[in-house]
Parts: sequence; structure tokens; C-alpha cells
Amino acid sequence: MGETPHRSADAGTGGTRVTQSHEWPAGASARVAEAPVSTRSPGGTGLGGGGALPRSRRFGAERAFRGLTLAAGTAVLVIIAAIAIFLVAKAVPALRANTENFWSYEGWSPNETEPKFGIGALAFGTVLSSALALLIAVPVALGIALYLSHYAPRRLGTALGFLVDLLAAVPSVVFGLWGRDVFSSPVRDFSVWLNEHFGWIPLFGGDGPFGASVMLGALVLAIMVLPIITSLSREVFLQTPTANEEAALALGATRWEMLRTAVLPYGRPGIIAAMMLGLGRALGETIALALTLGITFGISFNLIQNGGNTIAANIANAFGEANETGRGALIASGLVLFTITLIVNITARAIIYRRREFTESAA
Amino acid sequence: MTTTATSHRTRPPAQPDSLRAKRLPWYAAPAIAVAALALSAVIVYGTSIGGPVLVVVLAAILYLVGLFAAANAVEGRRSARNRTWSALIHSAFVLAVLPLVSVVWTLVSKGADRLDVNFFQTSMNNIGARDANGGAYHAIVGTLEQVGIATLITVPLGVLCAIYIVEYGRGKFAFAIRFFVDVMTGIPSIVSGLFVLAFWVLIVSPWFNDGRPSFSGFAAALALSVLMLPTIVRSTEEMLRLVPAPLREGAYALGVPKWKTILRVVLPTALPGIVTGVMLAIARAAGETAPVLLVAGGGAAINTNPFENNQSSLSLFVYQQAGDASKYAPARAWTAALTLVALVLILTIAAKLLARRNRLSR
Repeated sequence: MGETPHRSADAGTGGTRVTQSHEWPAGASARVAEAPVSTRSPGGTGLGGGGALPRSRRFGAERAFRGLTLAAGTAVLVIIAAIAIFLVAKAVPALRANTENFWSYEGWSPNETEPKFGIGALAFGTVLSSALALLIAVPVALGIALYLSHYAPRRLGTALGFLVDLLAAVPSVVFGLWGRDVFSSPVRDFSVWLNEHFGWIPLFGGDGPFGASVMLGALVLAIMVLPIITSLSREVFLQTPTANEEAALALGATRWEMLRTAVLPYGRPGIIAAMMLGLGRALGETIALALTLGITFGISFNLIQNGGNTIAANIANAFGEANETGRGALIASGLVLFTITLIVNITARAIIYRRREFTESAA
Repeated sequence: MTTTATSHRTRPPAQPDSLRAKRLPWYAAPAIAVAALALSAVIVYGTSIGGPVLVVVLAAILYLVGLFAAANAVEGRRSARNRTWSALIHSAFVLAVLPLVSVVWTLVSKGADRLDVNFFQTSMNNIGARDANGGAYHAIVGTLEQVGIATLITVPLGVLCAIYIVEYGRGKFAFAIRFFVDVMTGIPSIVSGLFVLAFWVLIVSPWFNDGRPSFSGFAAALALSVLMLPTIVRSTEEMLRLVPAPLREGAYALGVPKWKTILRVVLPTALPGIVTGVMLAIARAAGETAPVLLVAGGGAAINTNPFENNQSSLSLFVYQQAGDASKYAPARAWTAALTLVALVLILTIAAKLLARRNRLSR
């Protein structure tokens, strides 16, 4: 996936890592590249025997190219800032027109003459379905990652790892279609069974209809984020120093004890980061949930009755008949989603960056 | 990693048996499995609380418990834990493979229904609810144009940004760019769609459309660019770092200016890796539905002009056919899904194979 840090990412650039500090991520080459410039004296005559270094020109190709790359780099920051600015600009008029409390009202009718809409139920649904999906997916994904990295024969592990990477590329609309057309009937049967035997638990209560429920959405989400979490944590597990594993085994540890004492602690930051990235993916997932959830408004912990809704699914569903205020309302809900995912992602990245420091100094 | 498998056949015959840990006989695990299955069948059908699926699930739980108990009695607690976790890890694998196999199987079996020439040569224009034919030509055109334009925008921008990060960037500013590129990877596709809706469709496009906002394929391309950019920057950045320093030093020693070194030495060396990253980004963008839904609008007719009027795309076509009430719509949706997955997987596999041939390996 290329998103996890590589311990020896710049080992190929000359092996001068010893002299290299961390705030120079460009590696050894950056310093070497600077060398001819730094030996140039301000007057234009070179130091030493050279003397023939060209004058630095004010408007040369070098400066133009450097400026071009700088502009491209700045564009990233500009885009992120622009996303926030434009979303706020379009959301504010709709929020002003809202006649109910945006945070607590349970309902979405922004197209009326008296617009009423609230994010509460949607945000709740988003968090509930993502949390459930992660709860299901993470143990299974870690199991698969451990299987691929430490149980399966090396060759089978590599081949299956490749397959997992391919599955991570399958578009979400396909999973949504599968969830609606194929997976919903076993989930409905399961829900009916749960309701029959465990109906006294509020989670599985209600009197139907069952099927297009939070459970179906969460299961489809779990299946979707499974390859992502698996692929990231597998890479982390494969990076465990062999010396640690062999030391554990040499001390008489069983294979599980080796995994628990050597592999899992080493990979913990990577696992957390993979979970957060999976969570970010699940929070923003649109189409698969728009196809599988039975869209309702309201905060309910019932998992098996038709219902459930998320911010993203609501945007996809309500966009078609939205007028100007309606669009603004949807953009406002998108702004909330953007903020949530931004927080999740920044946390995940901060963990990964801390780990990078750790592994580089440990190497 | 097979250090635990010390063969006991090589032990000297004089060694007494009591020195070795007791082990479960080889037939213990299958025997426990059969016993668990039988017991679970008796429980489930005896109390009639479920069907064959419940039998299997209950049997799996009983098997784990039985295995733990047997190993605990014979081999000790540590070995019992080891066996149970090993069984759990293997069952996690089986558990995850089932739905994924089901997805692939459904995709192929249902997608084959409408996989004919007509599907790839017609659009949905004038196709009513009772017409069995109709195809995805307009959607394929839309996907290709949108992804193509997005690639044209993103590749130069992304590669230049990566060059800045690797070759020129210093200090906090470069670090901030790196960090936010990573953060940008996680922006939900629907948010990028909303951004382009707010920025391009509602504010910019009225300027050259008589004051009315207009959906277009180009807007979809912009939204896809936002999603592709971080992927391309990250992969290019990694590849540029892998270019050996002696190559650059050689160029500098010959008096080549830095910008020319980057363009003529560094980039060509890293090219295969960059192409891999671009292909993966394209594969991801081609599968996105939400942004296209928000800013291109979708349409039934063939529209080859990406700058005017609604355009569809393959993934949006799948979504719209999935929501269509016609009884012929699901078959069209599945065939379009199969086409889309084939497109995405071909791109991904080609990218991975290209990465394997890359000489700049990690």
C-alpha cells in the first residue's frame, strides 16, 4: 500500500544515514545536492581551484523550476484550505435558514419553506455503523494478517497478500450491490433468528421488518475495510525483526507466545494506525451504505430493524431532490463529516510519524 | 520460522520417554472436530432452535473449547493456548474468505447475463422500464474521459509536488506539505465531491453558463483529482527517494544544473515506479461513485463533451441501475459492475507487475 513507513526507505541512497538528521527527510542526496551551491562565494568567484562555477542568475531555469515545484507543493495546502473554506461558505446560509437546532434535531427536511434539519441522528448513525464495522473487522483482519505473515507457507502468504491488495481495490459500489442483492437475505434470516431468541436484548428487539438494517450496513462495511486493515497490518508484522522472533522461540516460547511477546508489541503502533485508517475509510463510505441501509431518521440502538443512516449515505440519497437550501444543508453535513475524518486521520498520521522516528532511531 | 518442528525421530533411542513433553496424538484434532459437530447437531436439532448454519457455528465454538480442554489436560496450559489461538487465526482466515469469494462469484455469475456486444454499443437513451436491452456505452465514455482529464491534471501537479518534497523542500514547510498529503489520503470521496460542487458547479460554472450552475464531466474530473493527488504524490515521493545518490552526484560533477539533473536523470530512473503509482491512483478514481453523482449528475444519453451537460460513469451507472425499478436493471447493474471491476483489476495487476520489474526495489 505504500502508506506504512519503511525502515530502510533511504538505505539505497548511499548509506550515509549515520550523519543524517531527521529533519532532512530528503536523505543524503539533499546535502550532496547542496554542496556545489554552498561552495560558491557571494562575489561570484569560486573557492578553491575551480573558480568556474556559473553565477547564480536571478531568473534562471533553476529558479523557475524550483518555483514551479514550490507552487505544486503549496497547491496541496491550498486545496485542503479551499475545501474547508468553500464548504463553510456554502453551509453558512443554509445553517442560518435552519429553523431547528442543527445539532439535536432528528430529521432532514431542508427543502420546505421552513427548513428543518439536524445532524444528530446522521452523526450517530455514521459513528455507530463505523464502530460496529471496525469491531467486526479488526479481530478478523489481524487474524488474517498473522496467518499470512506467520502461519501460511511463505509463498502462499505472498500470493494471498497480493490477492488481499487486489480486493482492497474493488470499488465500493460493487460491495454495496452485493450487500443489497445477495447478502441481505442471509442477514435477514439471521436477524429474524436473533429477534426470536434474543429479542429481550434491546439491540435485537423490535417487530420488523428486518434486513436493510444497521447490521447489514456494518457487515458490508466490515468486509470492505477488511482488506485495507489486513494489508497494512501484514506489512507491519512482516517488518518485525527476525532476531526478536528467534530470541522468543529460543527461550522456549510457543508460536502464539512468540507472536504475543515479539510481533504484536512491535506492531502495535502500526495496528493502531491501520485501524484509524480503516475507520476513516468506514466513516466516509457513501455508496455501499446508501444501497444497504434502510434510510430512516432517529437515534436508535436497534441493530436489526430496517433503518440506520449515515452522513455520507444521506448526501447521496437526498442530493437528487435538494434545492438551494437543501444543498447547503447537505454541504453543512459534509463539513461535519470532513471534520470528523480529519481528526481521525491526523491522529492516525501522528501515530505513524511517531513510529517512524522510533523505527529509524532503532535501526 | 519452522524452528519448533524439531523432529523426534532423530532422538537417540536411549533417551527415556518422560523427558519429552507429552503431545496430543495426531488424530485428536479431527476426533474433537467430529465430536463437536455431532454434539452441536444434537443440541441444535434436539431443541430445534436453528438450522445447519447454527450447527456449524456451534460446532466451531465447541471444537475450540474441546481442543483447549484436551490440550490443557495432556500438554499443559501454554500449549493449549497456542493451539486455540492457532485455530482462531485459521478460522479468521476462513471466515473472511467466504464473503469475498461470494462477492467474486456473484459478480461473475450475475455479470455474465448481459455481457454481450449490445451492452457495450448502446446507451440508456430512450430505454424504458420494459426494454430488456440498453447498455453502458455512455458510462464507459464518461469514465474514460473523467479519469483521463483527472490524470492530466494530477500527474504534473503530483510529480512536481513530490519533487519539491524530496529535492527542494526544507524544514517545517516541507514537513507540513508531507503531513497534509498524508492527511489528504483520508478525505472521503463524498467530501471532495461536495467541495467541487460548492466551488466549481455552484460558483465558477455559472460564469460561462448564463448564470445557471451546470453539471459536467470536467467537474467530476476535478473531484477525482482531489482524490488521486495524494496517492500520486506519495508513490512518486517514495520512488524519488530510492534513486541512488551517486547518479545525482555524477550529474552534478559533470556540471549539470539541479533542475536538469532532476528532469533528465532522476525522473527517468524513477519512471517505472511513478507509472505504477499513477495506475493505482487511476484504478482508485475509476471506482469512485459519490463525487460523480454529486457533480456530473449522470445521464442516459451519450455525451462526449466533458465540459457541458450531464455525464455518467460506470460506477454511477451501477448505482443508478441498482436503484432502478425495472426488472432488467439488476442485470445491467451487475454487468456494469463486472466491467468496472475488470477495468480496475487489470490496472491494478498491471501496476503491481510493473512494480515487480522495477529495478529500484526497496
